[in-house]
Amino acid sequence: MLDEREVERLDVEAVNSAKTRQPLYAARKKIFPKRASGRFRQFKWLIMAVTLGIYYLTPWIRWDRGPYAPDQAVLLDIANRRFYFFPIEIWPQEFFYVAGLLVMAGIGLFLVTSTVGRAWCGYTCPQTVWVDLFLVVERAIEGDRNARIKLETAPWSASKLAKHICKHAIWVAIAVATGGAWIFYFADAPTLLVDFVTGQAAAVAYITVAVLAATTYVFGGLMREQVCTYMCPWPRIQAAMLDENSLTVTYNDWRGEPRSRHAKKAAAEGLSVGDCVDCNACVAVCPMGIDIRDGQQLECITCALCIDACDSVMDKIGKERGLISYATLADYQSNMAIATDPATGKIEPKRARENGKLNPGIAHFRLSRIFRLRTFIYAGAWSLIGVALLVALLSRDRLDINVLHDRNPQYVRLADGSIRNGYTVKLLNMVPEPRNIQLSIAGLPGATMTIVGVDEAPGRVMSVEVEPDKLKTIRVYVSQPLDQIKEGGTFEFVIKDMGGSETGTYVANFNAPEAGK
Amino acid sequence: MSEKHIDELSGVETTGHEWDGIRELNNPMPRWWLWTFYATIVWSAAYTIAYPAWPMITSATSGVLGFSSRADVSSELALAHGNKSAYLEAIRSDSLDQIMADPYLRQFATAAGSAAFKVNCVQCHGSGAQGSPGFPNLNDDEWLWGGNIAQIYKTIAHGIRFPGDEETHISEMPAFADILEPQQINEVAAYVVSLSGTPDTPDLVGAGAKVFADNCVACHGDDAKGNKELGAPDLTDAITLYGEGQAAIARQIRQPKHGVMPAWGARLGDVQVKELAIFVHSLGGGE
Repeated sequence: MLDEREVERLDVEAVNSAKTRQPLYAARKKIFPKRASGRFRQFKWLIMAVTLGIYYLTPWIRWDRGPYAPDQAVLLDIANRRFYFFPIEIWPQEFFYVAGLLVMAGIGLFLVTSTVGRAWCGYTCPQTVWVDLFLVVERAIEGDRNARIKLETAPWSASKLAKHICKHAIWVAIAVATGGAWIFYFADAPTLLVDFVTGQAAAVAYITVAVLAATTYVFGGLMREQVCTYMCPWPRIQAAMLDENSLTVTYNDWRGEPRSRHAKKAAAEGLSVGDCVDCNACVAVCPMGIDIRDGQQLECITCALCIDACDSVMDKIGKERGLISYATLADYQSNMAIATDPATGKIEPKRARENGKLNPGIAHFRLSRIFRLRTFIYAGAWSLIGVALLVALLSRDRLDINVLHDRNPQYVRLADGSIRNGYTVKLLNMVPEPRNIQLSIAGLPGATMTIVGVDEAPGRVMSVEVEPDKLKTIRVYVSQPLDQIKEGGTFEFVIKDMGGSETGTYVANFNAPEAGK
Repeated sequence: MSEKHIDELSGVETTGHEWDGIRELNNPMPRWWLWTFYATIVWSAAYTIAYPAWPMITSATSGVLGFSSRADVSSELALAHGNKSAYLEAIRSDSLDQIMADPYLRQFATAAGSAAFKVNCVQCHGSGAQGSPGFPNLNDDEWLWGGNIAQIYKTIAHGIRFPGDEETHISEMPAFADILEPQQINEVAAYVVSLSGTPDTPDLVGAGAKVFADNCVACHGDDAKGNKELGAPDLTDAITLYGEGQAAIARQIRQPKHGVMPAWGARLGDVQVKELAIFVHSLGGGE
C-alpha cells in the first residue's frame, strides 16, 4: 500500500474547467488524455469492438433470398426502392416500419438516459467510438500523455515529422475505410468494392466516401471534444431526461473533501481530510478536458474513465473504491447530508465513516432505482410501439392489389348494348419469386372481364403471371349486360396466389348510364 | 475615433460607444466564423469565373467550365431518345403481329401511341377516345372500317375520304332524298330502329323492311350487319354515330353526313401510326 505522497501528482490543467473556461473565440487548448485502465475502460473496448464490428462487417453478411433478389443481408437499394434487412424486405410504402424504429430509438434513448445518464455519449456514440479509435493510433505512434506533450512542444525534427505523417496517414486510412463502409450498405458490397478500387463505381460513391472520410478525419482526429460541446444538440436535450434518480458520473466530495496531498500531516494537526489525494489522475484521463471534481458539467460525456483512474489510486492507498462513481443525485445528496457538519455547514468526511469504514447509512446505487414511473412510461411506450410494429410486420401482406377506375370515359356502351368499365389494376407481388395470380370478379351478375394483352375469352376468372418482387400493371375491362345493370353497382376484384394462400380484395365501382338512357 | 477603452471586468476592448453607461464589448469574431467568411468570398469569386455569371452587353460570361442548363437538357433529351431507339427500330422493322406478340414492345408501343393520341387525335375523338356524335367512340366494339390491328392501322395511315391519299376509304352512302319518297324514308327509318330498339311508328316497320331489301342490302347486307369494306355500319347494334332515334336515322337516310379523317401515315410516319394503331386496339374494342 502506498502512502498518498507516493501517488504521483500529475501536472495537468482541466482546460474546459468552468473556472478557466476560455472565451469562444480563443484558440482551443489541446487535450492530451492519458491512457486509463480499469473495468470501464475494458467495457468501452468491448463496446468499441462490437459497434465498429457491426458497422464495418454488416454489409458483408450474405443472406440467400433465391435467384430473384440480392443476397446481401442489409441493403438499402435506393435505385430499385427496396430495403432488405435479413428476412425482411420493405417496399417504399412500408417505410413506416423504419420510421417506427426511429421512434423506438428515440424513446430508447430517453429510457437509457433516464436510468444510466449519458451512456449513449460515453460508450456508443460514433463520435466517442471514433475519437477513441483515433486516440489508440495517436498513442501507439506518439506515446502516452507526457510523450505527446513533449512531442507537441518539441521543435520540428525528422522524427517528429515522421510521427506526424504516420499518425495522419493512419487516421486518413481509417477515415476512408469509415466512409467506404457506408457505401456498401447501398449496393452489393463485393461488386462495389471491386468497382470502387478499379475506378468503375458511380461518382456518388466516391463523393460519399470523400465527404464521410473528411468528416471522420476532422471530427475524430482534429475537433474531438469540440463536436460534443459545441456542435451536438443531444447533450442539451438530455438534460431534460435526467432526474435525481439517473446515474451520472459523480465526484463524491462528501468523502473526498477537503482534498490534501499531505493527509497524514494534516490529520496529525487535527485538520479534517478527505479521501482525495489531489493526484489529478481523473483530470489527466478525461477526453473532454474537465475536472469532474468541479461537479456535473455540460461537457461530461460520462465515459467513466475518471472512475477507472480514481479507483486505481484508491486501490493503491488502500481506500474504498468509488470516490468518483456512478451515483444518482438523490444518493449523493443524502450522503452529503450525512457528511455535512450541521453546525459549520462544512464537509466532515469523518462523519461518513465508522471505524475506518464507510458508514452503513451511506447510500449506494440500488437496482430498484431503475424501476420508477418515468422509466415504466418510457419502457411501456417503447414496447408498445415495438409490439405494434412486430404485429404489423408479421401480418403484413406480400400480395396486394390497387385499382384505378377509368374516369374518361366513365363507361362504354358496346354493340350488344352491354356496358363496359375500364380499370387499371396493379398487382403487387412483394416476394422474390414469380407468382401466378388469379384475378376474379365477385358480384356484378353476368359480368365478364378481359385483360389487355391476354388473348383469352371473356370470363370471370383470369390468371396473371407477375414477376418476382415487381408490380404489374394490367388493363382490365369489365362488361355487364344491360338487363343486369343495377344503379350504384359495386363489385370486388379478388386476387389469390395460385401457389400459396395469400389473397386480396379491392372493392370497385361500376359506372353505368342512368336508367332509360 | 474615440479613445481606446478597455472594459475593466473582462479586459476586452469596447467599441467606444456608450449608452447610459453601457458599453459594448468589441470581441473579435470567432476564427472559424472569420475563415468561413473568407472562404465564401473566395468561393464566390471562383464561382463567377467557373460558371456563367457576369452580365455583358448582349449576353453573359459563359464561365470556364462551359456549363449551360440548356445544353444539359439537350444532352439529357438526346440520351432519352437514344434509350428509346432500340424499341423504335424494332417497331419500324417488325410487323404489327410481331409487335403484338412481344409484351414489352407492345407495352412500349401502347404508351407511345397514347402520347401520340393526345397530340393528334383528341381534337375529334376526345381525350378519352370516347368520341361524340359524328366522331366514333374508339373504346367500343363497333368498327366502321374494321377493328383488327391491320384494319385500324390502315384507317389511321390512309384516313377516311381524305383527298390526296390513294388508298383512303372512299365509299359514301347516297342521299336517299333523291331516290325514295319521304314516306318510304320514314318506313325504312322505322325498320332500322326496330332492329335494335322500338321505333316511334311500329306500323311502318313491315313496309320499311321491303324498302330496306330493295335499296339498302347492297351495302348494309341482308341481315343489316353492315360491311366493313364499305364502311357500312352494323344497323342492328346499340351504337349509332349520328344520333339515336327514328328522326335522326331518317335524317341520315335523307341526306347522310360523312365523316372525314386525315391520312396520318405521311404526316406522322410509319412508326407512330403503328403505335397509334396498337394503342387504339388496346382501348377495349380491338378484335
